[in-house]
Amino acid sequence: MTNTPRTLFEKIWDNHVVVHENGNPAVLYIDLHLVHEVTSPQAFTGLREKGLTVRRPSQTLATMDHGIPTTPPDVPITDMMIVKQISQLEKNCAEFGIPLMGMDSPNRGIVHVIGPELGATQPGMTIVCGDSHTATHGAFGALAFGIGTSEIEHVLATQSLLQQKPKSMEIRVEGALQPGVTAKDIILAIIARIGIGGGTGYVVEYTGSAIRSLNMEERMTVCNMSIEGGARAGMVAPDETTFEFLANRPLSPRGKAWDAAVAQWRQLRTDDGAQYDHTITLNADDLTPMITYGTNPGMGMKITDTIPDPADVADVSARQSLQKALDYMDLQPGKPLLGHPVDVVFLGSCTNSRLHDLRQAASVLKGRKVAPGVRMMVVPGSQQVKMQAEAEGLDKIFIEAGAEWRESGCSMCIAMNGDQLSPGQVAVSTSNRNFEGRQGSGGRTFLASPLTAAASAIEGAVADVRKYIA
Amino acid sequence: MNPFTTFIGKIVSIPTENIDTDQIIPAQFLKVTDKNGLGKNLFFNWRYLPDGSPNPDFVLNRAQAQGAQILVAGDNFGCGSSREHAPWALAAFGFRAIISTGFADIFRNNSLKNGLLPIIVDKDTHRQLQSLAEEDPETRVTINLPDQTITLPDGRTVNFPIDPFSKHCMVNGIDQLGYLREHLSAIEKYEQSHPQRVKTI
Repeated sequence: MTNTPRTLFEKIWDNHVVVHENGNPAVLYIDLHLVHEVTSPQAFTGLREKGLTVRRPSQTLATMDHGIPTTPPDVPITDMMIVKQISQLEKNCAEFGIPLMGMDSPNRGIVHVIGPELGATQPGMTIVCGDSHTATHGAFGALAFGIGTSEIEHVLATQSLLQQKPKSMEIRVEGALQPGVTAKDIILAIIARIGIGGGTGYVVEYTGSAIRSLNMEERMTVCNMSIEGGARAGMVAPDETTFEFLANRPLSPRGKAWDAAVAQWRQLRTDDGAQYDHTITLNADDLTPMITYGTNPGMGMKITDTIPDPADVADVSARQSLQKALDYMDLQPGKPLLGHPVDVVFLGSCTNSRLHDLRQAASVLKGRKVAPGVRMMVVPGSQQVKMQAEAEGLDKIFIEAGAEWRESGCSMCIAMNGDQLSPGQVAVSTSNRNFEGRQGSGGRTFLASPLTAAASAIEGAVADVRKYIA
Repeated sequence: MNPFTTFIGKIVSIPTENIDTDQIIPAQFLKVTDKNGLGKNLFFNWRYLPDGSPNPDFVLNRAQAQGAQILVAGDNFGCGSSREHAPWALAAFGFRAIISTGFADIFRNNSLKNGLLPIIVDKDTHRQLQSLAEEDPETRVTINLPDQTITLPDGRTVNFPIDPFSKHCMVNGIDQLGYLREHLSAIEKYEQSHPQRVKTI
C-alpha cells in the first residue's frame, strides 16, 4: 500500500478509514464537525429520542450564520422562527457540551470563514458540516464535504460517517492570471466548462501554477464552489502559503507540536505517478472576468461575451433549460450583459467575504461612488473580518462610496434573514448560487467576483473591472 | 423508516434539468426546528402564484397528479444545497421514488436515509416515462427494490442500480446509524491510535 503512488485525496481517505467491510461503505472518521443553526436542530432531536450523547464535543464547533440578521447588534430580531433556531442551537450546545461561537462572540461568523480563521481547519483532516459549501476547507488540504441532517446526527453520535469512496479528478490550472481576473473567475470558468453536474461522484484536487500562486483566501474561493460543479469536495495540497496562514491561529498547534504538524503536512501531496480518475486542464492566461447569465452556476461566460442562443443548443432538454433560464432572467439571446442595469450589488458569502475580497472591492470603490439608485451591501464573513477591515479603514471606503457596511453572516446569499431581493430585481452578487429565487423570490442574480461587483456598483450596470485597473 | 419493497405508483413528470434543492424547498422554509409541514411548501415558487393561490400550470396542481408517488425528473436532480429538508418535503408530499438520469451526491445520500428511492435510468427509458406521464396522467409503474426493477405499463422491465448497503437498509427499514454504532469499539480503537487533530475546547 505505502509503495503505491497515491493522490492527496487517497492519503487522507486511507488515513481515516476505521472499518471497510466488503460491499459496505467505509466507516470514515471525522476530525472536525462544524455545526450551524439551520440544519442541526432535527439531528439533536434525533439524539435525544435515541438517548445518545455527542461523542466528541471537543471535535465539534458551532456558530449561527444562516438566519441571523446583519443589522447592528442593538436591533432586536423580529423573525420569531429565527429567534427559536438561535435559542435552540444555544440550548443544544449547552446540553451536549459543544463550544459555540454565539451571537455575542467576537469569533462568530460564517461557519466556513471562522473554521480557518480560528485555525480549526488544518491539512490532512476530515471536516464535515451540514452545508454544501464545506468544500471551502479543502483549500487547506483537508477532505471537507457537506452532509445532510441524518449524517449530522451520525457524526454527533459516533464521530464517523458511512461513505462510499468517491472518484478523484484533477483540475490543473497553469499560467498566470491577468489583472482584473481573480480566483472567482477561475472557478466560474471551471464550472462553465464541466457543467454543474460534471463533478458528481468526484473529489476534485486543484493543481497547477495558477492555483499554487493563490493566497489562502483565494484558494478557499475556488474550493468553496466545487459543489457548484457537482463535486462534494475540492482540495489544494498544503504548502508554505498554507502553513504561514495557520501559524499562531488560536486552535493551531504550538511549539514542538507545530513543527511536528508541519512536517506531517508536507507529506500531504499527490505522489508522482499517482493516477486520477479524470484530469482536465485550463490555461490561466486565457481567463477573463466571468459572469453568470442563467439560473445555475454553470451558465457562465466571459464578461465580454453575448448571451447564448437556445436555438444553437442541439440537446432538447438542455435547450429547454436554457430557454427557461433566460425567460426567468428576462434576457435576450445574442445580447451582451455588459451595461445591463443592476439594482443591487451584494459583496459577501462564504465564497467572497474575507479580508482579501473586501480589500479588492475597496481598491476599486476608493474615491468613487455607488451609482444612484443602486443598493450595495457589504457583509463581512465574520466579526473578525469586520474588525480587521475596520482597522484598515475599508469600512470607511465602502460607506463613503454609498454602500451599506453590515454585521457578518450568510445574509443575501441564502436570503433567510430578510436581506433579499424584491421580485424582478437584478443583482450582481459575489455569492455562489444564481438559482431561481435564491436571493429572494423572483430576484435575478449574476454571479461574479468582488472586483466585478465593485465596478458594477459604480456603473449601476454590469461592468468590466479591467478599465478601473491601472 | 418503513421497509421499502415493492409498490405500484402513479408517475408525474417535471422534465426540467438541474432542479436544485432551492426549488424543491426554498430557504424561507428552513427556519423550522422539526421535520413537519414541509410537504405543502414543496416546489413552493413553482407551485404557487405570488398571491398564494395554486399555479394552475404547474403539474403537481393538476387533479390527475393527486396521489402521485413517483416523480420523473430531469437530469442532475437535487443539485445545490445539502438541505435534507428537500427529501423530507418530497416524502411528506407523498413521493416514494424519484426517477432521473442522474442525481446530485448529497441529495441522493439524504434521500436514501428517508425512505425516498432515487432511481437512475438510461435516457431512453427516461424519455419513455416522461411521454407516458404526459400522455396519460394516470400511468402507473411497478417499482420492485429487492429485484431492482421498474415495470412499465407495456410489461417491459428495466433494471436500476443501487449499492447493496443502501438497498439492504431500505428494504429492511434499517436506520444506518445502527450499523455505525455497531462499530463503536473500532472507532474507539481508531481514536486511541490516532492523536486528536484539533481540540475545539
